[in-house]
Amino acid sequence: MSSTLIAAPILLPVLAGTATLLFRRRRRAIGAGISMMSCAGLLAIAALLLARTNGAAPEAYALGDWPAPFGIVLVLDQLAALMLVLTALLGLAVSVHTALTGLDRKGWHFHALFQFQLLGVNGAFLTGDLFNLFVFFEVLLIASYGLMLHGQGAKRLTAGVQYVIINLVGSSVFLVALGLLYGVTGTLNMADMAVRAATLPDGDRGLLNAGAFLLMLVFGLKAALLPVHLWLPRTYACTAPAMAAMFAIMTKVGAYAIIRTATLIFGDAAGAFLLPAALATMVLGYAGMLAARQLRDMAAFGLLGSTATLLAAIALFDETAMTAALYYLLHTTLAAGVLFLLVDLVVGWRAVEGADIVPTPAYKGKIALGVMFFITAIGFAGLPPLSGFIGKLLILAAAQSAPLAPWIWAVVLVTSLMGIVALARAGSTLFWKSDTSPPIPASRAAPDYAEAAPVIALLALLALLAAAAGPITAYTQATAAQLFERQAYITAVLGTPDRSTAP
Amino acid sequence: MISMEFLIASAIGVLTAGGIYLALRARTFPVVLGLAMLSYAINLFLFAIGRLAVGQPPIYAKGLTDYTDPLPQALVLTAIVISFGMTALIVVLALRTFLETGTDQVDGKPDESPAEDQEGQP
Repeated sequence: MSSTLIAAPILLPVLAGTATLLFRRRRRAIGAGISMMSCAGLLAIAALLLARTNGAAPEAYALGDWPAPFGIVLVLDQLAALMLVLTALLGLAVSVHTALTGLDRKGWHFHALFQFQLLGVNGAFLTGDLFNLFVFFEVLLIASYGLMLHGQGAKRLTAGVQYVIINLVGSSVFLVALGLLYGVTGTLNMADMAVRAATLPDGDRGLLNAGAFLLMLVFGLKAALLPVHLWLPRTYACTAPAMAAMFAIMTKVGAYAIIRTATLIFGDAAGAFLLPAALATMVLGYAGMLAARQLRDMAAFGLLGSTATLLAAIALFDETAMTAALYYLLHTTLAAGVLFLLVDLVVGWRAVEGADIVPTPAYKGKIALGVMFFITAIGFAGLPPLSGFIGKLLILAAAQSAPLAPWIWAVVLVTSLMGIVALARAGSTLFWKSDTSPPIPASRAAPDYAEAAPVIALLALLALLAAAAGPITAYTQATAAQLFERQAYITAVLGTPDRSTAP
Repeated sequence: MISMEFLIASAIGVLTAGGIYLALRARTFPVVLGLAMLSYAINLFLFAIGRLAVGQPPIYAKGLTDYTDPLPQALVLTAIVISFGMTALIVVLALRTFLETGTDQVDGKPDESPAEDQEGQP
């Protein structure tokens, strides 16, 4: 089997994104069609790659056939395949949602930007080179600037300026970190750097640690960890909710980069600050959910909190915790995505009150929305029977032997309660409370029920995630084992393990 | 005699300090300038990570024992392209925001009083 397929998740969005540019003014439906086809294609490719890497050793693809430490490699292992499938699922749901709700017609080049966003995300998951990771980060960020501002409006523009500035500073720090690491180890290939970092003289350790810390800081910025989380709530609350649903994968890119570099190169020493920061962020995120008076803010803070839960599990840094973290990662990405998509439906179908959490007079589709909100809230807050419950249970079980176990248990349980209270209060205000206001304005048209299809599909996925928890945790277990068995990764990239030590 | 290391290091330091100071300002124009200065500092820094060398050939050829590291130069080139594009984007975005909201404050709040306004100018 040819290993060229590994490059396909990067090539397909490039071609599709470019092709959608041909259909800007007229025949926009074709552009949307291409975009959705591309997402479906990505899903098929990702599934193929997942099947191929399941139980197999990591596989490297040298771009341009340049040998590994000199050229750029793409590396496919179980973690990368898992993330690709997740991205494709979310991408497909969001692209269908945007086409159905007409968000893609509110500005230019939507589908091209969307495809380039997928390109950047997929590339970040596949690359085996740190500088290439930076480039893919930039690609996904540049696309996200465009998507974040899609539809415009003064509030969105102000938030957009802040978002771009924060990320430009983040990119600068990323480059400083890369410079330090290259200066110390003389390589940018992750596998090669892992080999060299292990044999570094003591005098250079300080520089390596400084580089590692800066790198973790940047990934923490992407994943919105406490001291550098400030950009997230406002950005995600101000952008179109459907776009925020897609951005749910971007915080996971930060989490992925932390997992990859920590397991492969730096070891757990680099993430010593990760656990306290993640716990504090959880409290802050769920407290923000409680305080929010608007659905978008609530969803944004919820994303902040649930991503922090994921990071807390990652910070435990052992195989059991990583198994739990990867399962929770699948859950939280889909749950946050569905929450944002649902917020978009609420905003669209209510038509007058927008995203404010206030009682509404009866309108068509209110009951359907209420049911969907109920199921989403169960999934997001981590109640049985959906997958959030299993994910949090796995994390709690994995944290049992950790030194900070009481703290982790307390924070996870208390924040879950806060999430439940916030969602229950919002849900009962929105869908249950009897309204005293005048009856339905005539302007309120019947909603298009087809718009709910992606939300229902994602909810079904959450149910599937819970129903198939056995096989999925078996896969994440194997993935975690592979992550901590880094020699296989290094061998896949560099060939024989000792080749890189030769000059 | 000032060494080249000292010159490069102090240039990076001064640019970074200026960049951070400007990036923390309240208005978009100084922030854009600050980001540009930061990116210059980063470019210099990246240039220096391959170690500073004087009077040596820039790329490897057969028979050479000493040559400067070409990789940082390639990295700098990429970083320049990206930071140039990003600067262009943030300028357009800042302008657009100013036109839509009528203020160039980064936090989007309107100017409170003219007196404070003048104080804020450099």
